[in-house]
Amino acid sequence: MTAPLLEMHGIVKTFPGVRALDGVDLDVRPGEVHCLLGQNGAGKSTLIKVLAGAHQPDEGSISWRGEQIVLGDPQAAMSLGIATIYQELDLVSGLTVADNIFLGRERSRFGITRPAAASRAASELLARLGHAEIRPTTEVGGLSAASQQMVSIARALSQDARLIIMDEPSAVLDNEEVERLFGVIRDLTTHGVAVVYISHRLEEIRQIGDRITVLKDGRTVATGLPARETPTGEVITLMTGRTIEYVFPPRRSGPAMDGAPLLEVDGLGLGGRFAGVSFGVRAGEIVGLAGLVGSGRSEILETVYGARHATSGTVRLGGRRLRPGDVGAAVAAGVGLAPEERKSQALLLDDSVYRNISISTLGRFARAGFLSGGAEKAAARAQVEALDVRPADVTRIVRTLSGGNQQKVVLARWLLRDCRVLLLDEPTRGVDVGARSEIYALIRDLADRGVAVVVVSSEIPEVLGLADRVLVIADGAVIAEAAADALDEHRVLDLVMEGTAAHGGAAPMKTQFEGDVA
Amino acid sequence: MSESATATTQDVGSGSRDAGGHGSRAADLLAGPLGRNLGLVIALAILCIVGVATAGDRFAAFDNALTILRLASVIGVVSVGMTFVIIGGGIDLSVGALVALASVWATTLATQQIAQNVHWIVMVITAILVGAGAGLINGVVIAYGKLVAFIATLAMLAAARGLAEIISNRRTQIIQDRDFLAFFSGDVLGIPTLVIIFALVAVAGWVLLNRTTFGRRTFAVGGNAEAARLAGIRVQRHTVKLYVLSGVTCGIAAVMLMARTTTGSSTHGTLYELDAIAAVVIGGTLLLGGRGTIVGTVLGVLIFTTLGNVFTLNNLSSSAQAVARGVIIVLAVLLQMRLANGQTRTRSSRSPTPATDAGSAAGGPGGPAGGGSAVPGAPAAARPGGAAGGPTT
Repeated sequence: MTAPLLEMHGIVKTFPGVRALDGVDLDVRPGEVHCLLGQNGAGKSTLIKVLAGAHQPDEGSISWRGEQIVLGDPQAAMSLGIATIYQELDLVSGLTVADNIFLGRERSRFGITRPAAASRAASELLARLGHAEIRPTTEVGGLSAASQQMVSIARALSQDARLIIMDEPSAVLDNEEVERLFGVIRDLTTHGVAVVYISHRLEEIRQIGDRITVLKDGRTVATGLPARETPTGEVITLMTGRTIEYVFPPRRSGPAMDGAPLLEVDGLGLGGRFAGVSFGVRAGEIVGLAGLVGSGRSEILETVYGARHATSGTVRLGGRRLRPGDVGAAVAAGVGLAPEERKSQALLLDDSVYRNISISTLGRFARAGFLSGGAEKAAARAQVEALDVRPADVTRIVRTLSGGNQQKVVLARWLLRDCRVLLLDEPTRGVDVGARSEIYALIRDLADRGVAVVVVSSEIPEVLGLADRVLVIADGAVIAEAAADALDEHRVLDLVMEGTAAHGGAAPMKTQFEGDVA
Repeated sequence: MSESATATTQDVGSGSRDAGGHGSRAADLLAGPLGRNLGLVIALAILCIVGVATAGDRFAAFDNALTILRLASVIGVVSVGMTFVIIGGGIDLSVGALVALASVWATTLATQQIAQNVHWIVMVITAILVGAGAGLINGVVIAYGKLVAFIATLAMLAAARGLAEIISNRRTQIIQDRDFLAFFSGDVLGIPTLVIIFALVAVAGWVLLNRTTFGRRTFAVGGNAEAARLAGIRVQRHTVKLYVLSGVTCGIAAVMLMARTTTGSSTHGTLYELDAIAAVVIGGTLLLGGRGTIVGTVLGVLIFTTLGNVFTLNNLSSSAQAVARGVIIVLAVLLQMRLANGQTRTRSSRSPTPATDAGSAAGGPGGPAGGGSAVPGAPAAARPGGAAGGPTT
């Protein structure tokens, strides 16, 4: 057995209210492709950031070629030879390929850049990657995602990287491009470069991986599994079965579950992102959309809301068609959205709680445009008390609240509006464990009061526990639909991974299932 | 300033929300316009002291105060409009040119002829409509044409002044209507009409910004346009309204300038855009949008006008004045930033749960300092969240 290149032991990283990493072990050998698996929220991203020097661990040790090291900042990681290729590529789109590869380490003499030398060196690197067709003088912004990825890899090579971390590199590539990427990875590893490869696609891991480490809830649950031999079922079992049990409120059964749907989505499509999505939500029902990041679930929600302009299909509320691409109309008709990126898409962070709550309902507190501050604050206060936002101070600046309380403020906004349809995108992202159950209870309570709720979450147990009915989304299409109690986490993950393995194929089959699948 | 911050946070800390009634109203006042603009008030006070010291009674006279206010009034009105645009996340470079265009359009022979037959109010309405129309074009191009505000209004700056030159044939147009001049150059109880107009516009602006849905939406659109859109605010429509508002204030300013100079001219309002932006920015309005006050803008305008007055009384050149102006912009904004930072620092150190980023930031410096062991960083990052675990989760 070769000596490990990198060893991490007992890594712990906490953020206020969240223990993102809770004892992670990882060892990577030179020349291997080490796959990192885990569900969303398992701690993969945090681990990568620790490796890249962007986060400092609170506990644990890291050693590199047998020596203890501290990765104090990204430069430290880079100078050791650890390069990270993030999902959102960090390239400067206005600069040329060569400029990007040598960014920060420009080829120069006496402060004068030497573009010719840089171009030559860039050409060599790209040729070594088998991508000589990428010209060093082209602007990066005009390149395809695959080519941009190659530029990132070339940049890592130019820094003499010994370990390259790739965060879901195949997410933006088509099948042929993935094959070429694998060619590059194989070539790198024969030269002794180690790759930490993150992907949700088990097929890829079988093809390219050597060993697997599985993370769950911030812990390493298995490491050093042989990538080719480990049965799929075993891998999925390792990834699932949360150790933290969330308390989901009981579902209500009964007459509310029949009757005409309040929200009807019919054949909805958004060019290139998803197509042919149809579902209905009755008043009092919670429908969950389960799928991986990039499957199109958030886009579906945003298109229903009108934040994106649907290219096909219709959305009806109570029989009346909503104008596509018109958020104002959707809100007026009684639809509300709690978006995925709470801070950038929902909140006025430097404004007070009550102003954030009343922003969609201002007209109610105004006469001829003049606001009645007292009525507005009183209404906001009533919501804050009903939802138990802490501290219960409506003049507090929203930025200073915890994630859970910020989410409650967003929900309070729509509660105040008495909306009939509530679209929730990752309602518990960044919400700590304690507050989660409260949010769940709140959502159930809303449904019981007759609101039609659609929940998107990358955490499958959350969708299963909360929703009455679940749609499984993969690659921009609904691949399955079933009552939530007819599904389990294992089955959903199985479906999702199958669906994604058929990536690029024709319109996926719609499966209906019944009874127990366990 | 620090006093006001303490007052509000203590209110929160003790949890006695209902004790608010009177106590918090007093705190509100301190935390409000006066407290937030303390730096500006100090700057203005210093200027006045310098004025009294160097020019004595000539500066301190009541008439001189009125002179300052009258000079401040025209640019003041434009600055109020500019405040809205900037809080809403935009910028309007065309204000000076719009003042010129409105003044020329309102004083053409044809307009004056109609005004003579009907009433001088026709000239006022013309000026305001011209301003509003040009503002509408700005707004539509920016909101629906998705042009950057800087470029769109820069284009309007060039085009509007050019149009003003074409209409006036580059001649200064004299206003014939005696009633118009008499009305606007008069005074009410010793206060010049122009100053009263400025006061009315400022008060109306304050009410509009702080007491109406329009004002609230302006803050929302400038603070986080995406969040505003997803909250159901029609951001594009609102943006158009902001530029129309700015255009209207330009029209009002044009009328005031016409009264003061008794002319309409394509050279009116030159560089007003820079004066207005400078006043708004030293008034504490965030150039990125989302935050700002009318009171700050008014103080900003007064500071610049008082500065000019002090220099004039001391027979100093306008060039020296321009240099002082530049220095003041930098000093005022630096001071403002210091005070604002102090405020947020007090706030965040008292707040039980800082944003997630704060935690990792706190861990940042702790980590490397800890050398071999990574443990020292841990308590730093954990403490704020841990201590607060009870009340806030």
